[in-house]
Amino acid sequence: MASVVLDVEHNAVGHDDHDDHHHGNFWTNYVFSYDHKVIAKQYLISGILWAIIGGGLSLLFRIQLGFPEADLEWLRPLLGDWITEGGKMDTTFYLAAVTMHGTIMVFFVLTAGLSGTFSNFLIPLQIGARDMASGFMNMLSYWLFALASVIMLASLFISTGPASGGWVIYPPLSALPQAVSGSGLGMTLWLVSMVFFIASSLLGSINYISTVINLRTVGMSFGKLPLTIWSFFITAVIGVLSFPVLFAAALLLVFDRSFGTSFYLSDIFIQGELLSNSGGSPILFQHLFWFLGHPEVYIVLLPALGLTSEVISTNSRKPIFGYKAMIGSMLGIAFLSFIVWAHHMFVSGMNPFLGTVFMLLTLIIAVPSAVKAFNYITTLFRGNIVFTPAMLFSIGLVSLFISGGVTGIILGNSALDIQLHDTYFVVAHFHLVMGSASFFGMMAGVYHWYPKMFGRMMNNALGYVHFWLTFLGAYLVFFPMHYIGIAGFPRRYYSFTNFDAFSTFTDLNTFISIAAMVTVAGQFIFVFNFFWSMFKGRLAPLNPWKSTTLEWTTPRKPGHGNWPGALPIVYRWPYDLSKPGSDKDGHGDFIPQNVPLSETTSSNTPEEEDLVQLEDGLKKLSDHREANPFI
Amino acid sequence: MTTALLFATGAILIIAVLALVYRIITLVGIAKGDNTKVSSSNKINAALFPVLLVVGFIGIYWSYNDASQYFLPEAASIHGKETDFLFNTTLLVVFLAFALTHILLFTFPFFFQHSEKRTADFYPDNDKLEIAWTIVPAVVMASLVFFGWRAWSDITAPASDDAVQIELMGKQFAWEIRYPGKDLKLGKYDVANIDNTNSMGVDFDDVNATDDFMAREIYFPVNKEVELKIRAIDVLHSVFLPHFRVKMDAVPGMPTRFKFTPTITTEEMRAKTNNPKFNYELACTEVCGSGHFGMRKIVKVVSQEEYDAWLQKQKTWLEKNPDYMAVWEAKKAEKNTVAQAN
Repeated sequence: MASVVLDVEHNAVGHDDHDDHHHGNFWTNYVFSYDHKVIAKQYLISGILWAIIGGGLSLLFRIQLGFPEADLEWLRPLLGDWITEGGKMDTTFYLAAVTMHGTIMVFFVLTAGLSGTFSNFLIPLQIGARDMASGFMNMLSYWLFALASVIMLASLFISTGPASGGWVIYPPLSALPQAVSGSGLGMTLWLVSMVFFIASSLLGSINYISTVINLRTVGMSFGKLPLTIWSFFITAVIGVLSFPVLFAAALLLVFDRSFGTSFYLSDIFIQGELLSNSGGSPILFQHLFWFLGHPEVYIVLLPALGLTSEVISTNSRKPIFGYKAMIGSMLGIAFLSFIVWAHHMFVSGMNPFLGTVFMLLTLIIAVPSAVKAFNYITTLFRGNIVFTPAMLFSIGLVSLFISGGVTGIILGNSALDIQLHDTYFVVAHFHLVMGSASFFGMMAGVYHWYPKMFGRMMNNALGYVHFWLTFLGAYLVFFPMHYIGIAGFPRRYYSFTNFDAFSTFTDLNTFISIAAMVTVAGQFIFVFNFFWSMFKGRLAPLNPWKSTTLEWTTPRKPGHGNWPGALPIVYRWPYDLSKPGSDKDGHGDFIPQNVPLSETTSSNTPEEEDLVQLEDGLKKLSDHREANPFI
Repeated sequence: MTTALLFATGAILIIAVLALVYRIITLVGIAKGDNTKVSSSNKINAALFPVLLVVGFIGIYWSYNDASQYFLPEAASIHGKETDFLFNTTLLVVFLAFALTHILLFTFPFFFQHSEKRTADFYPDNDKLEIAWTIVPAVVMASLVFFGWRAWSDITAPASDDAVQIELMGKQFAWEIRYPGKDLKLGKYDVANIDNTNSMGVDFDDVNATDDFMAREIYFPVNKEVELKIRAIDVLHSVFLPHFRVKMDAVPGMPTRFKFTPTITTEEMRAKTNNPKFNYELACTEVCGSGHFGMRKIVKVVSQEEYDAWLQKQKTWLEKNPDYMAVWEAKKAEKNTVAQAN
């Protein structure tokens, strides 16, 4: 272990981190902690556990799709009676696995695991705050999520099975236990779990918004916020506006299921019985669901794009190209995300005129998305690129964002959506643009901020292997699905052998399943690296990526309150990388945000030179705030 | 039990191997004295991107060609031809965008990989570029919207008066098909009328219903507009006729419709696809429960003469169920007494 000690002396300069630790007991420090960093780690580890479960479910149904003829008796120890007498997977269980995979990945991994982790971890650290606006609400937010998790997890083990009507839980299927067994207790647990999840998400989002608005340190104007914070802020606003609508949709569904109302039900004859429900509309549910459901896509994606902006800029050693255009396009996407929802419903039977309107709005949202992609690519142009694992995952994200995004232009066209709706083309589209791209953003974030989270470095070589395996894997799994979709194969089919039209592509389905297994197995390289490095990783230097943002000015392991002394003052935007003259000022190729303009005279632009005289005022304000911390 | 043991052993072995690899990498790193700013793996990672670019494009080209043998045959409807053309054009446009951006995205990492001799350009923005790549996609999108809108308006326009009306009703897990009979008008229906015999809930008080007939297979006359009247009685289903590029949800409580014109008969398609067993098919594309993947119906497109001959052969539903009218009247009488008693 001598090497590790050596590393301490070499790298971890000035660690005051021994002071602030270990007040309070185990319960207040690690379980019901108010500290945003601990809560972020709780979210991250919960997210990783959920990702393993969600990924595992996908393997189960990929086994069925890839090897429809196989004897699955060997899965009986795991699945019990969900394997039939004949050694086949139960058809209802197949639907349940598909449904729970979607629910878990969208909400528990890519919403809570991604936004919950990085909004919590980075907002206070990057805006220069001691903690979130309300530590208590933040703690409550995590534990409501944990409660939602326990309920959702429990639903996997009940005898009638978990919810099985697809993650979109369209009624009447989800409303009628006689329609499918998963719509019994499983659906009830799904709805209860989601109610807690929505409450958790709202508590979190309100906290993020108020923290960003109120707790920015001296000098940190909105125009100097890193793009990560912009993305978390906008994401939180979208969440606050859209999640309550899902809550309303779920509540009305609860009424229909349990109290005999008819919000979504009408004219139903099922299992030899005429139901008394009358006057409801299943389409109403779809409108309410997708009013959240579509913004949800951006709730998942925007934080990933924010993390990527930071990582790409830092590792290209260049400012992000078009900082203002990036903010503008995120605002544009956020606004438009609320008025495109009905593109999920072109063939639902709604008025065709609405289809026209939503096609127009949907294709407009492609414009700010394209601007973002072009800006990332231009940031790489004439950079001096360092390929950390985080950087690789960020470039991967841009690639997946484009390849999944362009097919959205096809699907957003209502005339073309007639044929492609609910086929594997859609599956390919959203798994690339929303699933894989967001997952890559999350990975980029973990690799990049791991040193700040745990004070140690992850292993790079394992990171490289993990990236290339996952990148190739994502394409090998999802790219061929476009072909299957063009051939018309519908989603959520247990098997395709009933149809002449869909009895082809058996080899390709086997190929996809094998690729999926290898890719999921490859994620354990990451899991290993993650947990092992926590204890055995090289000790992290204070600023391992030579980054400009405030979190790298904290001690190696920031204690409660983040900065041991006064909060840093911000003098410049977060992208002074490779600024002409910066090495003459003694800052190499990057100038951190807390370096005063008065100390960098050779690299200042004429406008910045004018701002030097304001610095005394900033310092006075900072002193005043430190002397009166509760104002 | 043995399986579980096998899994556990495998997992432990994998972790052991990873731990070993990890340890070796760390030790080698320390032995080499990892002082350089950027390790040698930077070059490898930088080079892998252009390699992947070339391999990827070859892979896409090969796989597309290989997969296209299984794509659906040419569209067998008028609007399907249009949407296929629009699809292929859009696919080409977006593939060009995909290719162009990926050429840049995967070569820049190679050309601009880290070098101690160079510093990056401080290039924070360029308004002209931003405006250019806002306007170009906007114009492309606008034209795609325009063509899409035209096709969509045609497809969703009202059916012509002489269109053949056919009712498709989805239920768990089958389709039921009703033809209007000689009067060319479908009779009314109500789910409340459904019983063991009258599975579609047809209202036989409506004169138009009396000559309706139910069919086992769907017959379309070729080159004649067809209007599908679509409904469901339990959960959502969706009518999908992949060869005709037709899809519309079947919704309980809200009838939907889709009109189109089949252009190729089953026989012609058998010749075209070189497959004497070819049949058009109807599938369900909205998840509806455990039997979702089995809701198949065969669709036959035939010449007008064959269609007329087929129509001639069909007996009306009431002819097939001669006793039903008595049941119907009895049920009605019972309902009336209940109503009066209340």
